[in-house]
Amino acid sequence: MKPSSFKYLAPGTIEEALAIMAAHGYEAKALAGGQSLIPMMNFRLAQPAVMVDLNNLPELAYIRPEQGGGLRMGAMTRQSAIEHSAIILERAPMLHATMPNIAYSQIRNRGTLGGSIAHADPSAELPAVSVALDGRFRIRSHRKERWVPANAFFVGLFTTVLEPDELLVEVELPPMPRRCGWAFTEVARRHHDFALVGAAAAVTVDARGACEQTRLVLFSVGDGPVEAHQAAKMLAGQPPTLEAIRAAAETAARDDVDPGTDINATAEFRRHLVRVLSGRVLTQAFGRAHAQNSSFPA
Amino acid sequence: MSPKYVGQRISRTEDPRLLTGQALFVDDVNIPGMLHAAFLRSDYAHARLNSIDVSAARSRPGVIAVYTAQDMGDAWQHGPPLVIPPPTIQNMVFHTRTQVPLVKDKVRLIGEPLAVVIAESRYIAEDALEDIIADLQPLEAVGDLERALRPGAPLVHEELGSNLAAHFFQEKGNYKSARQQADLVIQKRILIDRGIAAAMENRGIVAHWDPKSQRLTLWDTTQSPIPIRNGLAGMFGLAEHQVRVIAPFVGGGFGPKIMMFYAEEMVLTWATLQIGRPIKWIEDRRENFYATTQERGQVHDAEMALTSDGRILGVRDSFLHDTGAYDPYGLTIPLNTQCHVLGPYDVPNYYAETTVVFTNRMIATPVRGAGRPQGVFVVERLLDLAARKLDMDRVEIRKRNLLPPDVFPYNNQIIDQAFAPLVLDSGNYLPLLEQAATRIGYQPFIREEQPRLRAEGKHVGIGVVMFIETTGVGPYEGARVTVEASGRISVATGVGTQGQGHFTSFAQIVADQLGVNIRDVELVTGDTAEFHWGTGTFASRGAVVAANAIHAAARAVRGKILRLASKVLEAPEEELELADGQVRVADMPEKSISLGKLAVLANPLRGAVQPGTEPGLEATDYFGPQYGATAAGAHAMILEVDPETMMVEIKRYVAVEDCGTVLNPLILDGQVHGGVALGIGNSYYEKLVFDDNGQLLNASLADYLIAAATEVPRIEVGHGYTLSPLNPLGTKGAGEAGTLPVPALFAQALEDALADHRLEVVEMPLSPNRLFELLQAAQESASGR
Amino acid sequence: MDDRHRVTVTVNGAQFQQTVEPRLLLSDFLRHDLGLTGTHVGCEHGVCGACTVLFDGQPVRSCLMFAVQADGHEITTVEGLGTMDQLHPLQEAFRDAHGLQCGFCTPGILLTLIPFLEDNPNPSELEIREAISGNLCRCTGYQHIVDAVQLAAQRTSA
Repeated sequence: MKPSSFKYLAPGTIEEALAIMAAHGYEAKALAGGQSLIPMMNFRLAQPAVMVDLNNLPELAYIRPEQGGGLRMGAMTRQSAIEHSAIILERAPMLHATMPNIAYSQIRNRGTLGGSIAHADPSAELPAVSVALDGRFRIRSHRKERWVPANAFFVGLFTTVLEPDELLVEVELPPMPRRCGWAFTEVARRHHDFALVGAAAAVTVDARGACEQTRLVLFSVGDGPVEAHQAAKMLAGQPPTLEAIRAAAETAARDDVDPGTDINATAEFRRHLVRVLSGRVLTQAFGRAHAQNSSFPA
Repeated sequence: MSPKYVGQRISRTEDPRLLTGQALFVDDVNIPGMLHAAFLRSDYAHARLNSIDVSAARSRPGVIAVYTAQDMGDAWQHGPPLVIPPPTIQNMVFHTRTQVPLVKDKVRLIGEPLAVVIAESRYIAEDALEDIIADLQPLEAVGDLERALRPGAPLVHEELGSNLAAHFFQEKGNYKSARQQADLVIQKRILIDRGIAAAMENRGIVAHWDPKSQRLTLWDTTQSPIPIRNGLAGMFGLAEHQVRVIAPFVGGGFGPKIMMFYAEEMVLTWATLQIGRPIKWIEDRRENFYATTQERGQVHDAEMALTSDGRILGVRDSFLHDTGAYDPYGLTIPLNTQCHVLGPYDVPNYYAETTVVFTNRMIATPVRGAGRPQGVFVVERLLDLAARKLDMDRVEIRKRNLLPPDVFPYNNQIIDQAFAPLVLDSGNYLPLLEQAATRIGYQPFIREEQPRLRAEGKHVGIGVVMFIETTGVGPYEGARVTVEASGRISVATGVGTQGQGHFTSFAQIVADQLGVNIRDVELVTGDTAEFHWGTGTFASRGAVVAANAIHAAARAVRGKILRLASKVLEAPEEELELADGQVRVADMPEKSISLGKLAVLANPLRGAVQPGTEPGLEATDYFGPQYGATAAGAHAMILEVDPETMMVEIKRYVAVEDCGTVLNPLILDGQVHGGVALGIGNSYYEKLVFDDNGQLLNASLADYLIAAATEVPRIEVGHGYTLSPLNPLGTKGAGEAGTLPVPALFAQALEDALADHRLEVVEMPLSPNRLFELLQAAQESASGR
Repeated sequence: MDDRHRVTVTVNGAQFQQTVEPRLLLSDFLRHDLGLTGTHVGCEHGVCGACTVLFDGQPVRSCLMFAVQADGHEITTVEGLGTMDQLHPLQEAFRDAHGLQCGFCTPGILLTLIPFLEDNPNPSELEIREAISGNLCRCTGYQHIVDAVQLAAQRTSA
């Protein structure tokens, strides 16, 4: 299990990195934390000809609070930095709560936010949470810069909108809306395995406590993060009663996902888990939203 | 003499080396000029090898040689059978088929090696593997045991005409007539699937033929260095003294490292003989799934006949056993299974029938447990299902069937894996069961706690099971104990160590016999240049067979010390005592001599050694038990399951073990903990998944799930002590015990937790997905669909 | 491909300058180029944790980094903790509590725990199990490892 040969380039500035990406095109592979890529290289499932190491770009590693309550994070921010960040806990508690579910501490010490998102593993947590939190991504090439909303970034199995010469450089999360609640959960065979199914929910309620907006994102059930639009639609304007949530979870499992079968779970079991976990995260998320205003009926 | 060390919680003498990274493992061996090997392995489980073109690989810079089966010429031969089938079983069918160093014409198992590349680095060797063109014509593969025996099934070995590897039966009493008297017969099909040992250190070999000294040195992660030496010498026409096999620190064994010969052992030895340079091969983790032996696959059709008051009248168990593509290990595993179905119970009538099946899978050889967990699972499950039918308590049905303490030695009238009659040497089972039930709080749990938790909507269950373990089989081990001029004691024995603490527990025995500090006892294991008689570390036999050999050798040296000291100190032997590295006359501390000085006197530079005496304070001795010592135990657990997500948490675990005399309770506890952890893996996490073509779908540690610290609960260990009458120390083995009962226990506790779902578990390992399916099926059958 | 890079790495306080092929894994570099064989390799895909070392003070998998990436960085391996005669207090606790059997996974576990105990000097059993959940051990069932960590914590706070 030794990787095959490659040419190694370690740019010292983002501009240099973008120039290299442009020059090498499809041959080049950006190396962020490498915690998914290097195992694939050791198995020789990936044999990139040129590796562009982004680890000498400290300018891409930061967590920056924005005015108005949002957050910006550099793509090369280590996952452990997010896990231990007080500002993340305050401004993106769901992201904070998600971090310990990602592999092991040693992996998070090296693995990066941007690396995990750009890798687009359908079982990974960060793509799903970035969609649930309505994040958007800044993408740069030597030609241009563009912003892509998280929910338009993932286009297929391990596939994103990134062009061969582009790099994901920044993740932006908007401020948490008023009267919002969130919840994240996943079922994995061991505590730190990839999820059999995971669910992230971010919701808001109106002044009367009825559901205003629901963003329920499921993962490990398709080619990428799956937004449960039908379930969300059912809840809109409704008081999030147990029955309403149960019905929404049922819809999510039946209509919003089309999971596959693999060695760990059949499609049927995954659908079942979508139902269970959707119910759980919605209940918890609405519970949190209501708790923000104690005048709501319990 | 009361022991100062034996029985104490002594911290291990080998630990400082291991803790500081100074212990030598095979991959740490680095010899100037050393080359590196990588193997090309078949991507198919079953295929015809039409041709293989290695020319491009040979011409890659940095490649020294590429070899195929053709290149080996006459040196290409099948491995020898490691364990022959027992000669005493009548009407037995057994077809010996053993592994090959490199595939010549047909691939019989997934990952079977086709060629080896020897290069300047492992990186280059792996590059060169991609240059090799192997023309493989895939054949239909066979993995399912029942399908394998059907007419028309693809044949692993065509010349046999079927995939039947062996068939035999053993009988005690008359099951048929017992069944006729039964009030209740429980009949079940029980499945146990394959897993791996997954030692943290993969296998590895450094083979070095030195043409100038005409000596072959092999560093090998083997559990059996001496048989490897003798076998390689024979295979390659060398004298045994020309071959030195060293098993240095080995990063876990668990069974598969006993196997001989692995293809890599044969190929590396042959290759270094060709090239005359040292060659290293380190199995990588992916290879470990394809190149190291595995175990557990069996399909049982079992039944138990009982009276209405829960007494066993008889058991019938007919099972298929998956041996993989070859069967070098004979019938060890299925014989163990047959023996352990009888357990600690009074089973007056027993019919056991085994059919061993060739499949296109890796060879099956013992993995910690070695057929025993399957046997335990069968009998414990049948008892649980009977208890359920009879509306009887699970502990009570066991109590009613335990062998009483006055029956030992108890002859079960079949033979065991060592071809000796299955005689249970000693035991007292009821106290073990009661201790386990008391420690887990069985009665209060089912009376109070469980109803309360159930009312809260929690699904909690409890289990209590029992087992025996046949341990410490022969044939023998030996040891040499020497008092050196420094006063330090050196001990050499043939068995290697893979973490069992031999350096310490064996030193404890010697230190007690010779009255020295344990830190002054230095042990050498696993190096054939130091000691070359013995078999190896397996079958929970170190503390029985090797320890008693060491005990015997130490006693012999003690005798020599006393005889010489008696002359030197002019005092009768009976008045001498050994303590603090001295021999002294009791009550006369001024009359004493150190062991070091005595050793010098025993090995004089001038004068004559008396005829009939030997120089030095040294002795070699051996121990071979008449038959194996039988350990036993009872385990209990409480678990909670979330029937929506299928996530299971083991809340409490109690393991009560009787392994006779305990040499070092600290080490023993560790053995039990580790065994249980593997058992938990065997219950809910670890399973090799194959597709219909025999492809392995989870050949990585990301996909094959070993329990981590978050999956293993705290384990409370209790003890019983019935000493084995078969050896002077009274020890019984303990290395595998922890593993044996866990799947049976897990099944029982899970059924209890999901009693409202009427779950029945007759297969292992389970998984969340499988549990989901079982619950769906139970629900469907309950709703009459 | 002849693409070799000169790297300067500080390992256990000593500086090393070597020329490496970019694909050389950091684990192989430490073990075979520097001869620091206390770092063990168990899976080469980041799961088992045996190869864990401290990279600028933080535990990482050395099998999931290239040696060339260590240029200018500081690494601590098990050889940088205590010596046979003078064990590090954590190593001592592992010996006293029998926190190792075959010892193959032990170096990675020690290096995972060193910063953990600095951040959390009095961890609960659950926190310890969580901390070592990225290190597989096939021998101990983890219990004596947990005991060893608790013992080390106790001794340090005493």
